[in-house]
Amino acid sequence: MSFSPNIVGFACQWCTYAGADLAGNLRCKYPPTIKLIRVPCSGSVEPEYVLESLARGADGVLIGGCHYGDCHYKEGNYKTSRRMTILKKMIEDAGFDSRRFRLEWISGAEGKRFAEVVEEFTRELQELGPNPVKGGA
Amino acid sequence: MADKIKFGFLLAGGCAGCETALVDISERLVDALEHLEVVFWAPTVADVKYKDLEAMEDGYIDLAFVDGMVRNTENEHTVKVLRQKSKTLVAFGACASLGGIAAMGDMHSKEELFNQAYKDTFSTDNPEGLLPEPQCLWEGKYDLTLPAFTKRVSTIDQLVDVDYYVGGCPPHHDFIFQLIQAVVSGNLPPKGSWLTSGKAVCDICKRNPAEHDQQRLPIGDIFRTVDGRPDEDKCLLQQGYICFGPVTQGDCGASCLNVNIPCRGCGGPIPGVKDYGARCVSTIASSLKDDATAEKFIQKFNDMAKLCYRYSYSSGILNQKLTPGNKP
Ligand code: SF4
Ligand code: SF4
Ligand code: SF4
Ligand code: FES
Repeated sequence: MSFSPNIVGFACQWCTYAGADLAGNLRCKYPPTIKLIRVPCSGSVEPEYVLESLARGADGVLIGGCHYGDCHYKEGNYKTSRRMTILKKMIEDAGFDSRRFRLEWISGAEGKRFAEVVEEFTRELQELGPNPVKGGA
Repeated sequence: MADKIKFGFLLAGGCAGCETALVDISERLVDALEHLEVVFWAPTVADVKYKDLEAMEDGYIDLAFVDGMVRNTENEHTVKVLRQKSKTLVAFGACASLGGIAAMGDMHSKEELFNQAYKDTFSTDNPEGLLPEPQCLWEGKYDLTLPAFTKRVSTIDQLVDVDYYVGGCPPHHDFIFQLIQAVVSGNLPPKGSWLTSGKAVCDICKRNPAEHDQQRLPIGDIFRTVDGRPDEDKCLLQQGYICFGPVTQGDCGASCLNVNIPCRGCGGPIPGVKDYGARCVSTIASSLKDDATAEKFIQKFNDMAKLCYRYSYSSGILNQKLTPGNKP
């Protein structure tokens, strides 16, 4: 059996967290790989949280926020997007595979989308193998 | 008069700029020497050898500074010995406390670094392509050893316990003088602290928009210092010249800003920052106007890791975990 990755998910309470809830209500099937942390807004996810998760051995990190225009704090998700674009490049430049880190806009109505993203991300991480900080690939 | 404070200074993997900075407090150093007795300062200043340090009783030195990062086995050894012989150990300067410039070497393999240093540089004359080896037999009879390169650069506190941290590459001499006064008067914070005013470079910087009752506006364009000439009085970041003043300790008195150069973070992270590079990303990204400006930022500077971790890569949380097994 291929390995079961450990994904840390930071989910905005107004959208992705509700989306995950809906995925449950809809009985969508997706692998039990993600541990969700509810945050007030994707804009409150500091790049330091992402690095800390990876450094502590998470195989992947997912940040879920509201679609553009839907952020309850107006521009939190725009900031998230800029931060994570730059963070991704910084991680790559430091020699770390930035595919372990993903940003998605998933609304509270997109339960199915949530399940798909987790499934897809899990598959990708299985191909990448365990996080090298754990002494893996 | 009370006994003098026994003082030691060790150069580990640094450039000795930090030691020069201490000497730069000039005649004030002479006054300070009324209270300090230099019992060890090597390999740069005093006529003492490592073996003299090794011969000291444990805890003999009251206060020791170490500048430079740990880059080879000699640094590993001397730093460990110095720790044992010292009551209080201060990681002095960016290299010792954060990894410094040399820590960026961890983004390359040893082979790349050696080729660059001993073969490829324009000024190198090495037709046989010789590289340093830890062991070497000279003229068939002298068995010589050189310190070996460590797998990665480490900060002093990744090797031994450190009591205090000082930022700066090097620390500013006025600030060093304040430090010496604090030491002499016994006025030090709890162990484990950074010795700092706690203010950010922006708090000291005369260009700070808040000082001129101006709002900071989203930044829509990006420049490097080679592009044009920034206004001498306005905030550089506001002008699009990327400046890390908001997240850097300002014990330098905003030195770079006084000469129209943006801060690159040698002072070390302001309190509360866990990972300097990640916090730079956060701060700069939040100041940009839109995604297009973020893209432009990336293109202009190309290597984000070397920009954001210019002085602090060894202390970066991801690097600490990654490098040991990951890089040859
Ligand atoms: S911190 Fe700067 S001045 Fe001090 S040893 Fe390192 S490179 Fe030299
Ligand atoms: S961002 Fe740089 S130029 Fe602007 S106030 Fe801060 S230190 Fe000064
Ligand atoms: S302005 Fe920044 S880079 Fe320049 S000396 Fe001060 S802390 Fe160092
Ligand atoms: S409230 Fe959902 S991303 Fe800001």
